[in-house]
This record gives sequence, structure tokens and C-alpha cells, in this order.
Amino acid sequence: MTASGFQTALGGDALESHNFLTLFAVFMIVCTIMYLLVIGALIIAMWRGRRRGKELVVETGRHHETGPAFRTALIGWTALIVVGLTSLTIASFFTDRSNASVARDPGLTLKVTANQWWWDVEYTTHDASKMIRTANEIHLPVGVPAEITLQASDVIHSLWIPNLAGKQDLIPGRVTDMQLLPRKIGTYRGQCAEFCGIQHAHMALDVTVDSKGDFEKWVAAQQRVAFAPTTPLQLAGYHYVTTRECSACHTITGTPAGGTVGPDLTHFASRRSIGAGTLPMNTGNLYGWIADPQSQKPGNHMPTIGLEPADLHAIVAYLETLK
Amino acid sequence: MSSRFRNSFVAIALLALVCGCDRDRQEPRGKPLGETVPMAAAPDTIFPGGGRPAPLDARAAAYEGNAYAIAQGQQLFTWMNCVGCHSHGGGGMGPALMDGKWRYGGRIDQIVASIANGQPNGMPSWRGKLTSQQIWQLAAYVRTLSGQARKDSVGARAETMSNSPPQTQTIRKPVKPADSAQQ
Repeated sequence: MTASGFQTALGGDALESHNFLTLFAVFMIVCTIMYLLVIGALIIAMWRGRRRGKELVVETGRHHETGPAFRTALIGWTALIVVGLTSLTIASFFTDRSNASVARDPGLTLKVTANQWWWDVEYTTHDASKMIRTANEIHLPVGVPAEITLQASDVIHSLWIPNLAGKQDLIPGRVTDMQLLPRKIGTYRGQCAEFCGIQHAHMALDVTVDSKGDFEKWVAAQQRVAFAPTTPLQLAGYHYVTTRECSACHTITGTPAGGTVGPDLTHFASRRSIGAGTLPMNTGNLYGWIADPQSQKPGNHMPTIGLEPADLHAIVAYLETLK
Repeated sequence: MSSRFRNSFVAIALLALVCGCDRDRQEPRGKPLGETVPMAAAPDTIFPGGGRPAPLDARAAAYEGNAYAIAQGQQLFTWMNCVGCHSHGGGGMGPALMDGKWRYGGRIDQIVASIANGQPNGMPSWRGKLTSQQIWQLAAYVRTLSGQARKDSVGARAETMSNSPPQTQTIRKPVKPADSAQQ
């Protein structure tokens, strides 16, 4: 019952989706048995009625006057319904309890804020110097329950990582949450599942489930400040990015760029995609995106600046160092 | 239905259609791309002994009364923390934007110049921090705070979370320079 894939609701790669797959199987088996019994009984009744060829029998409601065999069948049928419904109820109850148990002792807490049209991801700790801020990607250690706090800054969004869990809405002015207990290492795709404006379709995020060692390495890499530029071209890009339009919206830790409107770019080049899953990360796409984001993702909030070619080369050279 | 009535009905419907299109025309890139904000000081409208004010910038028509530009400007107003000094138009450390007094002129191109160049006593220059399209969008929104924009171009409901009354209820204030308003 497990289909593996980048984005599938039948993945069962976290506790919640695994539980629901099991519940789905229980419902399927019970309902299929009942369905086959009903249809079988109907076919037998039609076949027998046709063979007898008598006049139309009107339902009288006086079953106690019928033969003992028929009465036994009716009692058996009622008992079967009771047993079937009870087993469905019990299965639902234990699925719900098992899912709720994840929230009891989260080993990791995250805050995900949905924006038009990207995801702001913050790993919250008590030690502010260890806090991580990234965008459009979530890394989780396998087997560690994670508590994700969900917020929205503009309109209603919905976080859906089909392989791991069901959908959960993110509502402005309200805090919702989601619990995940990943069971399998892999990279999965999540997306916004509530229409949120013109670029709703380009609002995806990568969820990477790492081994505990890999996760620690990733955390250590993310906690570093941004790399300093080394070549003159990168330095020119650094100057443009930290003093001009870019810094009004983006933060790069360890530099004067401190805007909070757009995604954090401190480790931008280590991500798999540009523009919340719009384009794969590579030099060509980066040029296209910086030169004219409005042609890559029309209507998004990053303006087309109209850069001079020299500035464009410098910016791309600098951004590619932000591993 | 008489033909005269039908004709006028068609004319009104067409007019409504044309106006409707104009109201929400979206230019995601700004047009023309290389446009620049005036480099000189704000275009003056006050002259000693009377004089002719400079004509309105040609770009004003594309932004003033454009619902998309105003909505974008409203978001920028929050994002760029204009609220920090001007509050939601009521003013604080910076002057109020919802009254009729304009120290440096209340025309859209004058507001654009104030945003782009900065003004004395704390208003920073946004040239190079925002694109000129964004500055024009901001100016278009600032004009709505004192009710200068057409009522059909402002939102009955803010695009972002807001506790101000809907802009369709803003009363239009006459635009006058601050010194004349003090007299």
C-alpha cells in the first residue's frame, strides 16, 4: 500500500500519513465486504424471484411470521453491521490517538509563515544565536517528532506535504499547528493547497527528511553567517545587494542587508529551487530571475529593477557564493 | 424599448466597461522600464508674485486612480515601515498624510519626489531602495489617505490586515500647501 514518489498522498512516509493509510485500508476492507454482501444478496433475490415467477410480493413488515432460516439471516446481518461499524469507530479512535501522541513531546519546533507566494521557515530555539531562518525548504531529522506552528501574513494559505501529512490551513491573525513524525529519509514536495492569489500554483516547498547526522550538519551550515565575497566581481555584487533595492526586502545574515519582506537569502544557493519551486536552482535560471522576476513569476512581489548588465553579473556571482 | 433609449443604454454600458478596464490595469513591470524619478527638487507649485506651476508628470495618469497601483502602494507602505513615522496616515514623528496640508506639495509627482529624494528632518531618500514604479505606487496610495483618489479605485476592504476604516469612507480634503493652511 506504499507508493513511493516525490509527491503522493499514498506515501505514508510520516506517522500521520502512515496511520491514515492503515485507516484507509481498514475502511476499504470493511466497506468492500459489506458492499459485496449487499450486492450478492440482491442478485440472489432477483434470481430466485424470477425463477419462482409468482405474483408480486408486497413487503408486509411481519418478519416474525417468516421461517426461522430467514430470521437467523436477518439477525446475522444486523450483527454484522454492528461489528463493522464498531470496528471502523475503534480504528478511527486509535488513529486519532496515535496522531495526537506526536504532539506530546516534540523534539523540534518550527514556525512556518505563509506569504504571497513563498514560505518563511524559522527553527525556534531558546538560544537566539542558534535560531535558523530559511525559506521554501524544511529539513527534518528522521524519527524525531516535529511541532510546526503555522501562521499567514496576508491571506489564507494551506500547507500540504502529501507524503507526510494532511493539509492544514494558515490563517492571518491566528496560529494553527501541525505535527510530523517522519519515518523515511527522502525529499518530498509540499505546496499551498488553498487558492491564495495569482501565483498560488508557484508556491511550493521542499521537505527533506535527513538522517540525524545529516540534519546536524545542515543545522550547523545554516547557523553560519553568509560567506564573504572573494573575487572583485562578487564584491561588486555584495555592494549592490547590501546597499540597493535587494536589501530593502531581503536579509543576509552577517551583512547590512536586513529587510524582512522577502525570503532570507543567507544560504540561498544551497536551496534546490528559486521562487518557491518556480525554477530549479542553476546559474541560467538565476540570471533570468534577477533580471526580470516578473517574466518568471508574473505578479509576484519582487519588482523588475531594470539592472545594468554589469550589476546583473555581479549580483549573480555574489548570490551563487551564498551556499 | 425605443431605439434612443437602447442607444444610450449601450453607450453607458460601454463607458462602464472602458472605465472598469482602466481602473485595474496591471503593469507588473512598470512602463517604460527605464523610467526615472525626477532628479531635481520637487516640482514647485508656489511662486512669489504668482507664476505658472509645472505641468503634471505624464506618468501620473498611469498610477493615480489605478486600483492595482494603490493596492501595491498600500502593501509597500507597511513593508517599508512608513507606518513607523507617519502612522496609518495620522502622523507621529513624521507629518500626517491624511489631512489637506502638504509641506512639499500634494500633487502625485511632488509626493514621488519627496519619497525619492527624501526631505529635511528625517524623511529618508528611497531612490535606489525602491524601483521608481514602487515609488509611484506608494505615492498613489499616499494620495488616497486624504481622499484624493477616485472612490472606485480604492478598496472597500484593505488587501492586507488593517484596522483603519475602509478607504471608500475617506473624506476628500482640499490640497493646500502647509504655509497657506496655517494662515
